[in-house]
Amino acid sequence: MADLVSHPDEVKVVSQRFGKGAAAMDRYLELDGYKAVQKALASGPEWIINEMKASNLRGRGGAGFPTGMKWSFVPKESAKPKYVLCNGDESEPGTCKDRLILEHDPHAVIEGVMIAALAVGAKTGFIYIRGEYRYLVDIMRKAIAEAYARGFLGKNIFGSGVDLDVRWHTGAGAYEVGEESALMESLEGKRGIPRIRPPFPAVVGLWGGPTVINNVETLASVPHVILGGGEWYAKLGTPKNGGTRLFCLSGHVQKPGVYELPLGYNLRKMIDDVGGGIWKGHKLKAVVPGGSSVPILKADEIDLAMDFDTLMKAGTFLGSGGVIVLDDHTCIVKFCLRTTKFYQHESCGWCIPCREGTDWMKKTLVRFHAGGGIKRDIDNLNYLAENMLGRTFCPLGDAAAMPVIGMIKKFREEFEAHLEGRPCPFEEHGAAVEQLPVLA
Amino acid sequence: MIPVSEQLDHFFTEKMKEYPTQRSFLVPMLLYAQDELGCLSNQAVEYIAGKAGLSQLEVRNVISYYSMLTTKPRGRFHVQVCTNICCQLRGAEDLFEHCKQRLGIGHKGVTSDEQFSLEEVECIGACSWAPAAQVNYDFHENLTPEKMDQVLDEYRSR
Repeated sequence: MADLVSHPDEVKVVSQRFGKGAAAMDRYLELDGYKAVQKALASGPEWIINEMKASNLRGRGGAGFPTGMKWSFVPKESAKPKYVLCNGDESEPGTCKDRLILEHDPHAVIEGVMIAALAVGAKTGFIYIRGEYRYLVDIMRKAIAEAYARGFLGKNIFGSGVDLDVRWHTGAGAYEVGEESALMESLEGKRGIPRIRPPFPAVVGLWGGPTVINNVETLASVPHVILGGGEWYAKLGTPKNGGTRLFCLSGHVQKPGVYELPLGYNLRKMIDDVGGGIWKGHKLKAVVPGGSSVPILKADEIDLAMDFDTLMKAGTFLGSGGVIVLDDHTCIVKFCLRTTKFYQHESCGWCIPCREGTDWMKKTLVRFHAGGGIKRDIDNLNYLAENMLGRTFCPLGDAAAMPVIGMIKKFREEFEAHLEGRPCPFEEHGAAVEQLPVLA
Repeated sequence: MIPVSEQLDHFFTEKMKEYPTQRSFLVPMLLYAQDELGCLSNQAVEYIAGKAGLSQLEVRNVISYYSMLTTKPRGRFHVQVCTNICCQLRGAEDLFEHCKQRLGIGHKGVTSDEQFSLEEVECIGACSWAPAAQVNYDFHENLTPEKMDQVLDEYRSR
């Protein structure tokens, strides 16, 4: 479906089977498929977790939590069944990588779930795929059925005496369900309302049992770590940031696409070389480096190594790997409004700071962008956003607040340029100011 | 009489066995039933509530959370145009306006012949191939108003 791209700087690990027909079982087996899980079966849980820790693989969903450490938190003994849950609810604006993995290499995801289950002693894994990705649900259903048919799943897998089931599940449209506790609620057949933590899912998760939750890309990387060794994988990236990841280049670059690059790859190079520079001969204005929820960077702030720690030092996050590029013809206020409109739409209303905050931010920005803004609005937006930070059960509140705070901090003059009835400097027709009330 | 086909009912019964609780498969069940019926009608809600061992109110409570689920009929072809940031940066607003003009309906509208419905949607995971739209479950990417016309014409002729 989606076009594949290529660049000489790419290091293809998790994308090495893309475009090679590996969704079919025989082809996957030709390309070293299901070898890692057999190695994991032979080596035992402790060995698996040690390799994962050595790999410095960090969660590719956005939070960047070390995968090996996450797995080690699951108690060895548990009265309730343990579970592995693969998060394929990819919905963070700017992120379209899990889609490619699920389309081109579904068996790698199954294998990753199996290895995670072996590591923590779970007997059942679930692969949750967002509802909009129906063609990927169909691909996954077929892949799972094939794995059962070959005896790779079910009773006594690979003659090891171990029983292991992997199931598919689908959502029905909700960004918030990408958050781990809301994901579990959804899988249990409920509204995706987040749960309070602690207890963390590793201790009390699905149906009360200890649960490991990892992103699609994280789990698809696991078989490669197991086959190549943790040390090998770690060396592909930078210290504490092992391996490669799929970066989704989007926005105003000449060659948008999903590219697999080592962690620590320079952001400017990613835009200029890999992405072919800015389109239409325009200039770079700003970059949102990790999906819509992370703070924005200005054009002169992008000489950065793209790893979790470097970006955090730069005041932003590597997030989900969605690199959104804005040219100098882009109105930041409009961009901020569309970002906020999204979070307002997706807020479930469970936590008041998020429900009220996103709504008021959106209302203010609608009026503001139309030229009905007053000076106080800028500080008020900032105030609303800052009062959402850390005051909600799930990170949706933070995700809505951080971009607004970042854009006001970096582009305050552009907000000021919209004040007091002045039309948006980037729109030819201006805006319908008279239709909107101006607050005194 | 169940409102869905026997095959679908059987599929639900089998799939539900994979979960430790009766209600777990509820969200996919609602979506698959909707795909077959066009929308989650009163009969559909009653049937699914029975299947999942829930009250109808509990089922409606879940329906209202998920943006793909609807209790109102849509067109035979549901056109979903993403206008989220990555699509916006590459012309999604014009694309959505174009669809409105072309179909003569607005956001969440249905054409009088019930062939098309239109919805402005949030990110559909096509950010590197923006702007993008889904018609039912099919992705259409790197769109322009002209390409969109071809897409719509193709569905119209089906």
